[in-house]
Amino acid sequence: MLSRPADLLVEKTEPIMKAEPAPDIAVQLDGVSKRFGTSVALNDAWLKIGRGEFMTLLGPSGCGKTTLLNLVAGFLLPDDGEIFIDGALVTDVPTFERRTGIVFQNYALFPHMTVANNVAYGLKARGVAKSEISTRVAEILAMMKLAGFEDRKPRQLSGGQQQRVALARALVIRPKVLLLDEPFSALDKNLRASMQVEVKEIQRRLGVTTIFVTHDQSEALSLSDRIAVMSGGHICQIDTPERLYRRPADRFVASFIGEGSWLRAKLDRFGGAKGLVTIGKTIVEVPAEPLAGMATGANVDLFVRPEHLHVETANETGLDGTIAASIYQGGHIDLYVDMPQVSPAHILMRLSAKDANGLWNPGERISISVSGDDAVAFPPVSA
Amino acid sequence: MVAILGFIILPAIVVGIAAFNDKALLSFPPEQLSLRWFYKAISYRDFQTGFHNGLIVMLLSSFIALFIGGAFAFVIDRYEFRGKTLLEGLLLAPLVVPHFTVGLGLLILAAQIGATRGYTVVVVCHVILVLPFVLRSVYISLRNLDQRLELAAASLGSRPSRVLMTVTLPLLAPGLFSGWLFAAILSFNEFTASLFVTSQRTQTLPVAMYNYVREYADPTMAALSVIFIVVTATLLTVANAYLGLGKVLNVEQAR
Repeated sequence: MLSRPADLLVEKTEPIMKAEPAPDIAVQLDGVSKRFGTSVALNDAWLKIGRGEFMTLLGPSGCGKTTLLNLVAGFLLPDDGEIFIDGALVTDVPTFERRTGIVFQNYALFPHMTVANNVAYGLKARGVAKSEISTRVAEILAMMKLAGFEDRKPRQLSGGQQQRVALARALVIRPKVLLLDEPFSALDKNLRASMQVEVKEIQRRLGVTTIFVTHDQSEALSLSDRIAVMSGGHICQIDTPERLYRRPADRFVASFIGEGSWLRAKLDRFGGAKGLVTIGKTIVEVPAEPLAGMATGANVDLFVRPEHLHVETANETGLDGTIAASIYQGGHIDLYVDMPQVSPAHILMRLSAKDANGLWNPGERISISVSGDDAVAFPPVSA
Repeated sequence: MVAILGFIILPAIVVGIAAFNDKALLSFPPEQLSLRWFYKAISYRDFQTGFHNGLIVMLLSSFIALFIGGAFAFVIDRYEFRGKTLLEGLLLAPLVVPHFTVGLGLLILAAQIGATRGYTVVVVCHVILVLPFVLRSVYISLRNLDQRLELAAASLGSRPSRVLMTVTLPLLAPGLFSGWLFAAILSFNEFTASLFVTSQRTQTLPVAMYNYVREYADPTMAALSVIFIVVTATLLTVANAYLGLGKVLNVEQAR
């Protein structure tokens, strides 16, 4: 899909200085690319993961997140770029010398070995002394609440227990980086939530650097120190969950993280780091950066979260809508509103249930205001 | 349904009953029961050497086929290369080439290069014939093997050779065993091609039986058949009970 002859040429004639990664960086990717045949699975990825950090790779399937994980694990070798683990260049180091612990979605426990032997496997492979193996296995099994299950085979365990064994097996070798490949998606909803808490707690306690791959944005938001949102082989944005939600860097990140609606608006003017956007009679402040280079008066797409839209009694906002549907959600009510003058699609609003009083009937006309916080605007797609 | 099933096992039943006939004729139904033909079958010299030869050929050819078939199955499963389909086709070709063609071909070849009709040519012949079965069996096991197990082992610090010994081979064991078992049974029972490539000295049991039946027509053959069926069935039952052949023969089955 993408060939980059110019970049490749530059790399050949002007070898980039290999800067030593800072000591607090556990994993570093410098311009890593991976192609499968003609398709680019990962394109020029730059990433620094701090020691002890919980970094999530988030994106839809095919976005390159699993490829990135496999590259760090050494299951794949990159076509371009360098990978560092704990400051050491590992681009060409085979998997078995990288000391990464991995937990797969299906856990990949050795079915022919007992729980104890599964967990001891990595220590045996590393030639750790027998007495030390038994202490360390017992220690980690106790931490994972698996004491007493030593002699079971994996198939005699529940899904949650299997996952804990997989985690114990990966952690017992004291990995430089823990790799989690969608580990929760095979668990049912209740168990998933409790396992997430448990994993996060253990990760924090051991201070192990973790790369977590998922397509589930709520999972990513709740667990991560930082998230790298990926799409089409690119890293779109690397940021904390809160900043990703409040300040998405592009349209994809905005739509992928949380919910929101796109409204047609006009760029009024720039003011410092802010852009001022008018919608109806309201002026909304948005970050200027995504709009850089745009002329005042140009059309922009304003992205607003459902909780930043409000119903007004007096029609002073210049924004009218018709309720298309109202859905009672317990704690809140989701209103889907038609606002043909600013959007071809339904607009999602979220009202707290106490404001609702069951007054919102389909067909009813309402006035809507936009609160200024945390709205972002982007240039229109087909400008 | 019952009639069809009946017809499938009818020959075995007829032979089974005839084996216990006291008379020296392959008559049916028997008038008096006896075990004398079983005794004769076991003590008949040609059958003894045939059994002995068959066992040697079976062991050699099944293990050689297991090794070659296993290696090829591994290559076909794990690597992408040009001519892969061709290689697969070649390896499975003996399924469509008649056995007598293989036997005749080898006989001509052996005569060309002046080789005597010793064990070598018989073993080579049997390896060719049983290879597709071993290949299929091992290949299916490899397909069923979750490669993430090997990746997990590698990430835990296991070298490739260690991964092979501690993860890959133990998990392939049922497939390897069933592939070997099929090869062994096929080799031991193989007649058509063997008829061409064996000599008086190297004749296997089915060939010896054929030679016997050309000269005599008493229930010894029937007795031998019964022994054959019972031994094979016992082997398969035991193998199935301990290893679950169904697991090996079915790609779709969940892990």
